[in-house]
Amino acid sequence: MLLEAPFTEAKIRALAVGEMVEISGLVFTGRDAVHKYLHDGGKPPVDLTDSIIYHCGPVVVQEKGRWVVKAAGPTTSIREEPFQGPLMERYKIRGVIGKGGMGPKTLEYCQKVGGVYLHAIGGAAQVLAERVVAVEGVHLMEEFGSPEAIWEFRVERFPVVVTMDSHGRSLHRDVLAASQEALARLL
Amino acid sequence: MQAKVMQSRLLELIRRTSSRLPDDVVRVIERGRRREQPGSTAEYALQVILDNIAMARDKSLPLCQDTGTIICYADLPAWLDESAFATSFSRAVAQATKLGYLRQNSVDSLTGKNSGTNLGPGSPSYHLHQTRGRSLLVRLILKGGGCENVGAQYSLPDTKLGAGRDLAGVRRCILDAVHQAQGKGCGPGILGVCIGGDRGSGYVASKEALLRTLDDQNPEPSLAKLEKQIVQEANTLGIGPMGFGGATTLLGCKIAHRNRLPASFFVSISYMCWAYRRDGFALSESGKITRWLYA
Repeated sequence: MLLEAPFTEAKIRALAVGEMVEISGLVFTGRDAVHKYLHDGGKPPVDLTDSIIYHCGPVVVQEKGRWVVKAAGPTTSIREEPFQGPLMERYKIRGVIGKGGMGPKTLEYCQKVGGVYLHAIGGAAQVLAERVVAVEGVHLMEEFGSPEAIWEFRVERFPVVVTMDSHGRSLHRDVLAASQEALARLL
Repeated sequence: MQAKVMQSRLLELIRRTSSRLPDDVVRVIERGRRREQPGSTAEYALQVILDNIAMARDKSLPLCQDTGTIICYADLPAWLDESAFATSFSRAVAQATKLGYLRQNSVDSLTGKNSGTNLGPGSPSYHLHQTRGRSLLVRLILKGGGCENVGAQYSLPDTKLGAGRDLAGVRRCILDAVHQAQGKGCGPGILGVCIGGDRGSGYVASKEALLRTLDDQNPEPSLAKLEKQIVQEANTLGIGPMGFGGATTLLGCKIAHRNRLPASFFVSISYMCWAYRRDGFALSESGKITRWLYA
């Protein structure tokens, strides 16, 4: 299923856990430094309304005067757990792409704000880099350095799986519980 | 062999290791994909993984952006001393970093500063041994941070797990570690395990176990049996690729053992992600690569 910009609340609320989605439009990268900066009251250099944040520290190089993405897989999301929900609420961030899933606090805000967690395939740096068709800007590069900057990525058919939705479901919570039971049976 | 010839051979080893997975690993991932339900998220994840493996190989680019801890194992023949080898290898690492085969991935633990070259205290991680053979054997593993973070060490007996000091207890620890890891280590994973040793040597041996190929057979029958059992049982947990749920949670389990003190019984587990980058070669004194160790 295709998810195209603008990422409105209605489109996001229509998504459910387990759906395989391809994203087209603009997404913003942001990892530890960006989340802390915004949480501490830093001014966002881009309009985050109805946006998607991608937990990614990409490898981007300059070739003939333009930015080219060499590797762009997801990084572990749970580190942003303290910040993510409040930031989603404050700026109406609708989607978070990352890996490994997030916790109960983010899940609660997904319900409240109309947000969703989109799991990219960890390690698939080449497949995912290929889906970034243009780099439209970079912010906070001086302050945080390249991997921690906010990159504006124009993506086409960027593949993810919905693992936390706005209806209170988390695939991570479900798989943990089911595998816990399966483990108890084995032991 | 001139130092610069050695360095260029080692650079080629690093490039290959970072951009292509060994055939034994790819085969097991393919088998996993065929086992998953058509149209499931598990099948989808494994297909993206297989596409990524092919693409990285074709483009000669790192298949994962986290190019990981650089773990270098070398058997050094009489014609080569440790410091000469380490100098060449470290230079090759710095060059590979400049060329983008490796990410700038080594950070000073006190200052937080990235060396930018992948060189620094403990990086690369060297495991050098002398050999009576004529050839230099070098094996390389690149192990990313996500999977390293879900490794675990148990001290038996463990009353919470009901794990005693025997293979039945070891089995409980390993299955618990797989469950704890969920999808966070970029599964489906491969386990390197060591029974015994001290806390340090146990972890070292658990990583050495990852030098084995997935299709080999443990010469110790009780461990061969346990390895098979672990893979089969872990794949009933339903964690699946990336933790999406599914039948492919573990691709392999390799178990080593070391003597221990009467007072200690450690089980050390290193979790390797699906991006199981392992390669190696034999190099003659004249500088010719005579054999790739993992095809």
